[in-house]
Amino acid sequence: MKKEIYITAGYNTISLGTGRKEFNPKKPRPGIEHYIKEAGTHTLKQIGGADNVDETVISNFNASQYNKQANLSGYAPYIDEKLKYKPSTRVEGACGSGGMAIATAVKFLLSEESDVVLTLGFEVQNTVKAVYGADILATAGWWKNRKEGDAHFFPGQFSKRAGAYYNKYGKDYTRKAMIKWYRNAIENARLDPTAQEFHNTNPNLEETASVEPNGEVFVDNLTVYDCSKVSDAASSLAIMTKEGLEKCNIDIKDTVQIIAFAQAEDDVTTKPINPVRLLTTEFAVKSALKKAGITIEQIGTVEAHDCFTIAGIMTVEAVGFAEFGKGAEYVINGNTSRNGKTPFNTTGGLIGWGHPVGATGIHQAVTIWQQLTGNAGNAQINIDETKPYGMSINMGGDDKTVTCIIYKKP
Amino acid sequence: MKYDERLSQVSVLGAAGKMGSGILLLTAVEMTDLSLKKENENIIFVLNAIDVSDKALNGLLNYVRLQVRKIAEKKIVLLRKLYAESNLAYNSEIIDDYIAKVLSIIRPSTLIESSYNSNIIFEAVNENPELKIKLFKTIDENSDETPWFFTNTSSVPINYLDNKAELDGRIIGFHFYNPPAVQKLVELIVSNNTLNELNDFALEYAKNLRKFVVKANDVAGFIGNGYFMRDALLGIGLLDEFKSEYGFPMALYAVNKISHEFMIRPMGIFQLIDYVGIDVCKYIMDVMNPYFDDEDIHSILLDQLLERGIKGGQNSDGSQKPGFFKYAKGKIIEVYDYYNDEYVSVETVSGKTDKIIGNPPDGYIPWKEIIKIKNREKPLTEYFNNLKQSNSKGAEIAKKYLKGSRDIALKLVALNVAHSEKDVNNVMLTGFFHSYGPINNYLPWEEI
Repeated sequence: MKKEIYITAGYNTISLGTGRKEFNPKKPRPGIEHYIKEAGTHTLKQIGGADNVDETVISNFNASQYNKQANLSGYAPYIDEKLKYKPSTRVEGACGSGGMAIATAVKFLLSEESDVVLTLGFEVQNTVKAVYGADILATAGWWKNRKEGDAHFFPGQFSKRAGAYYNKYGKDYTRKAMIKWYRNAIENARLDPTAQEFHNTNPNLEETASVEPNGEVFVDNLTVYDCSKVSDAASSLAIMTKEGLEKCNIDIKDTVQIIAFAQAEDDVTTKPINPVRLLTTEFAVKSALKKAGITIEQIGTVEAHDCFTIAGIMTVEAVGFAEFGKGAEYVINGNTSRNGKTPFNTTGGLIGWGHPVGATGIHQAVTIWQQLTGNAGNAQINIDETKPYGMSINMGGDDKTVTCIIYKKP
Repeated sequence: MKYDERLSQVSVLGAAGKMGSGILLLTAVEMTDLSLKKENENIIFVLNAIDVSDKALNGLLNYVRLQVRKIAEKKIVLLRKLYAESNLAYNSEIIDDYIAKVLSIIRPSTLIESSYNSNIIFEAVNENPELKIKLFKTIDENSDETPWFFTNTSSVPINYLDNKAELDGRIIGFHFYNPPAVQKLVELIVSNNTLNELNDFALEYAKNLRKFVVKANDVAGFIGNGYFMRDALLGIGLLDEFKSEYGFPMALYAVNKISHEFMIRPMGIFQLIDYVGIDVCKYIMDVMNPYFDDEDIHSILLDQLLERGIKGGQNSDGSQKPGFFKYAKGKIIEVYDYYNDEYVSVETVSGKTDKIIGNPPDGYIPWKEIIKIKNREKPLTEYFNNLKQSNSKGAEIAKKYLKGSRDIALKLVALNVAHSEKDVNNVMLTGFFHSYGPINNYLPWEEI
């Protein structure tokens, strides 16, 4: 990249939804203002206040439907009045909005228009029941496919992918890996107090997840344990140039450098050409690795977009950790577990931590930032010197809008 | 006439009541599902919701609208299949349309004449045999069809209704449990003449409603009330036994708490009587009593409470009316003191009484928790073992009560009300939400 770019001052609110003790669907809950303000002010505090911010990027998927609110760039000055009259940009790429926000912020910095960008993502989904939320989430696919789609639209899309994977590589073998993925996700989430599954105390996770998928009530090839949950949360961080770090008086040890990033987009009106592969993700990962000039052996941890367990397994293959069809085995053998070869989703990922759609890409970056700076608390993993890089993959829709980012401690 | 056609012209009598509104809801949903089938597109589905006054019917459609939404949300996967041919694409659109369809087949009415075109009559009026007979006769004499009658009676023998109303077997006992939309159980009772086709139809209807059917013999009270009324008298008997020693409020509180907690039931026996209604319990006992020569199914206490205007049951908003207890948000806040005809706060009673009866023994799992456990045989065995060994006053009364309840259940089999012990247990498990059947081996019954 033309300039050195750093991230710092990460913050996550709790991911609120089923599983959290605070969550009661019958009682009123905080709205979008609460989450935006909490995350934004905590990041601003860490960088010496809003005076230091040149502009803001806000990512969100669908507040228009969930919260009856658009024009979200206008929430920057709501966070802090000192952001009034400063530029603010809202980006949207469905579940890939957060990654898109980081890429956008980096481009603003590279354009030399700004040195400090406040980057914040949020989603508040529990305003509607899941059965209606499914309609809203379906807009991340092509609207013309809603009619033929499942009641639970996105689980339906990835159920088709899972079915194809079962057919090609064996169902029992794949289910075993999906159940293992679920277990890893929950066990990791238990180590992060902000995670949606933080309060999960189930001693028999694999047994619980070992139920047969039932298309009569849900979808043909996935169970609810294969799916990320409905979440309310916000995540934020500051992205800066070297000049920005100096202006904000940030110690370099509190930062992580963005070595490379790659965005890739596929036609939203098309169906997957090869349902057992995430081709757009493959493309984005390859580009990012090439730009960074590293191999996957140098990656110490990955934040993968496991909106569904099967997506997690396919991502393992898309990155290149396992051959196609061997991703399940790779997971079953513990390679993605927190003590494995390359720990994935160390604070629970989308299944364990939560999936506040527009915030997820930013939450992934915050987790990498925490891990590489040694600030992950109980969730901290050991980052080997020979594997100093982190990677995040954020995906919007059914492998349509993908951002892959590679990080390293400076 | 095929099932779908038969169920296209239906009336519910007493549609605004607690049971009637639930029966109306479930039937409306079933009829709507039939109407969505392609082969039924030429059939007009009509469901008359008949009750005595506009006041009673007011709010009924709103209740149905809210409940249908819940039902539709739960079965959205099925609904999308039923709507496959339509242009509607979104879950929200399909659910809204479905609710509108259900409401559009319901015709609220205060006129009995509305039922004269119906093939099926669901009767859910008061537990008054003469009223039921009068309605059946009127409809049957004036009907353009030859209707089949489904009575929700929980106590009146079906043969009696069949003979008095001269229905020649066009009647069946189809007893839902309260609330019908939630409780899985239906008690099915035939008269000596009930038509086979009617019986087959009833079974298909129950299956489509996903109800669990227990067939009971045609003896007043059937299995459900045959058990419950005697169990209530058992509780009242224990109350009588202890009231002289501890006073009425303390004895009442104690027996209720023991039957709730020590016996791991969803609620105590006096709270259950309040829930069902003291008046309803009395009606049912009055219906049952003449049929049993060697026992007196009757409570002076209930008569006296009713004379004082204490009836229990629910207000139209679902809140509980005062009975043996006064309630706030479903919780007991005051206890009735019979001798002073006043309610006293539960706190003045509970402290002293709890000291006397003690706590449930080790291994106690509240009903709310244990009902979630699928295989609860082991924790129950463990708990009842501890109960067996406990000498606390509460445990002693509980053991006595449990034995009495078991004897009632066995008597229902001996009297040929129930076909088997399993049927009695099933009624208690699925109709009363008990966490175990009354006929069990948890305690050494001969020693109690």
